[in-house]
Amino acid sequence: MNFDLTEEQQLLAESVRRFVAQDYGFEARKRILASDEGWSPQAWRTIAELGLTALPLPTEHGGFGGGAVDLMAVMEAFGEALVVEPYLATLTCSRLVARAGSAEQQAAILPRVADGQAKLAFAYLEDGARYDLRHVNVRATPQDGRWSLRGTKRVVLHAPMADRLVVSARGPRGTALFLVDRPGAVNAYRTVDGMRAADVMLDGTPAELLGGEDDALPAIEDAIDFATALVCAEAVGAMRSANAATLEYLKTRKQFGVPIGAFQALQHRMVDMVITLEQARSMASLACTEVDGHGQAASRRRIVSAAKIKIADACRHISQESVQLHGGMGMTDELKVSHTFRRLTMIAQQFGDADHHLERFASA
Amino acid sequence: MDLDYSPQEHAFRDEARAWLAANLPVDLREKVIAYDELTREDLLRWHRILARQGWIAPAWPKEWGGTDWTAVQRYIFEEECGYAGAPPLIPFGLAMCAPVLLRFGSAAQKQRFLPRIYHGEDFWCQGYSEPGAGSDLASLKTRAVRQGEHYVVNGQKTWTTLAHYADWIFCLVRTGSADDKKQEGISFLLIDMKTPGITVRPLVLMDGGHEVNEVFFDDVKVPAENLVHEENKGWTVAKYLLGHERMNTARIGTSRRELERLKEFAATQVKDGKPLTADPRFRDKLTRLEVELMALSITNLRFLDQLRGGKPPGAEVSMLKIRGTEIQQMLTELMMQAAGPYAQPFRRVGAYEGFDAFLAGLAPRYANFRKTSIYAGSNEIQRNIIAKMSLGL
Repeated sequence: MNFDLTEEQQLLAESVRRFVAQDYGFEARKRILASDEGWSPQAWRTIAELGLTALPLPTEHGGFGGGAVDLMAVMEAFGEALVVEPYLATLTCSRLVARAGSAEQQAAILPRVADGQAKLAFAYLEDGARYDLRHVNVRATPQDGRWSLRGTKRVVLHAPMADRLVVSARGPRGTALFLVDRPGAVNAYRTVDGMRAADVMLDGTPAELLGGEDDALPAIEDAIDFATALVCAEAVGAMRSANAATLEYLKTRKQFGVPIGAFQALQHRMVDMVITLEQARSMASLACTEVDGHGQAASRRRIVSAAKIKIADACRHISQESVQLHGGMGMTDELKVSHTFRRLTMIAQQFGDADHHLERFASA
Repeated sequence: MDLDYSPQEHAFRDEARAWLAANLPVDLREKVIAYDELTREDLLRWHRILARQGWIAPAWPKEWGGTDWTAVQRYIFEEECGYAGAPPLIPFGLAMCAPVLLRFGSAAQKQRFLPRIYHGEDFWCQGYSEPGAGSDLASLKTRAVRQGEHYVVNGQKTWTTLAHYADWIFCLVRTGSADDKKQEGISFLLIDMKTPGITVRPLVLMDGGHEVNEVFFDDVKVPAENLVHEENKGWTVAKYLLGHERMNTARIGTSRRELERLKEFAATQVKDGKPLTADPRFRDKLTRLEVELMALSITNLRFLDQLRGGKPPGAEVSMLKIRGTEIQQMLTELMMQAAGPYAQPFRRVGAYEGFDAFLAGLAPRYANFRKTSIYAGSNEIQRNIIAKMSLGL
């Protein structure tokens, strides 16, 4: 039993914290959100230079062979700073390439991810599917050794700035994965939590089969569980930021001649936020350890869903209370806490809300 | 990061588990599992079995019978005992009076009391709360007046758990003058329950059970040698003891066993021809409870890991108490809910042989467990402690 980070992990955590403090402060982030692109090529270059894109990739393709536990500190720091770069999407797709792709595909794609040249986005959500990964209606058709895709993928996070998309589609032998360079249309929008996403239309779009034609669902589920564990760690960082801002506000905001933190009604609510964060942190650690382990898929499903239930409930509790305890100021766009509120609200639903994972936990 | 025990700790757990399987008497275990009331003799029997094994007081110094276990080993042992269904160890002697004597007691007091506590020869209770002094403990009024070689004690204690079993009571009493600040002028006295002038009156709780009492002191003569630490310095002792009282309130081993029991029991209850555990509304409550318990066991390990790094326990203990008791309460509540309409029967009238005593115990148990968020520093007091100690509010 040991909850400390290794020396390497600590050094990494420090350099990531330095990076977000210098390059991804609240004002810098605002400028990135307001830019046409909605992401920062400069920040992305630094992310790659710090080795963060290479961190979880296999060593034979320019990576460091790290796992979710190694990424926890990175995700927490990104959560704290509300980083909007296509980091998690790229890592999720890299995992699909590393686990499902052929040796040639891995060699072609992963080194480019490692050095920051390739950003990837995962197109898997469809109308009528909600969070069900098995629900895939985009059709994949083979003809003369080439594949084409037809159908619509919804809410593809970071699709507008992605160099390639990984797309799930139904082929003659079941659900398979495809690489797409130029989709038919990418209808882009901003998300409520400051990112860019798109609905992606595939109209006979040429695609490259990623790996085999056989059932890719286990690989998809593994990658989404990996991403879920990481978003749990991101949530911990965002919640820590919300708690810190709220505690600071309780100590400085004065009413009736005293700091409002002198009022027991508010003290107890703050304490409950702190307890919620500790419990959420425990579950995030458990989920990251689990996806790094060599356990059975059933155990992984159970633990990741348990973590996401706790994280979803915790995101809701802490985001709502942090705004409430800030009073009217918590409602304003001016304060970071309202941005953290928006991100936490969306994390609660990303990769499945509490209800989805309650269902999944029970059937695991 | 490694959330698992070390190989040595695993081996220790296996050893503890095997020992419990061989040495925990089946009849005692069954009483615990069935929520039967444990008698004084039941409690002492288990105490003496552990004492013979040398495992009754792991946290004490080695010279007085401690085991030299690490904090993690102590936690593993407690968790295994709880999970196995061992009777609870009554903390008043082992975990409250003894640490006070070890820290503040005279050599003679240690020699006189510690071996008897260790071997289960004296049953202790705690004389802290009074009708006017609950969370605000320092408001206590029971007075001790020095007369020659004795203190003469007058007043009343309340909520005195198992006073009706006890041979001894440790008490906070007022010895100073009326002008003292209320934390000053308090002393810590050890009182033999057989002394003339002590009356114990049961306080029956809403579950119908008798575990707490009122204790009245009417000109009770206590030898001056039973004063612990200095006269009027009892508050120092009390604060030290409160720190001990808040340890091990998470009760994770017991809650894990109760959760398994709840799942088994709910699976036997039928709704729409299916087990209640298949009902999404009930199942979701069960799952959230299970997740909270999973989280708490990891949180608990994280805090233990910090202790190992040399950090003294602080407000974390309060956090474990709050969440631990909330989980215990939720377990009893869902158990009662699972019983549905059968939660209502309470006591049999006449000779009804089909009366199900187990089902009849579930609602009283739910009622009884409301105490957990009130005793040992109410959960609101615990929140005050966290707000002050770790948040600086």
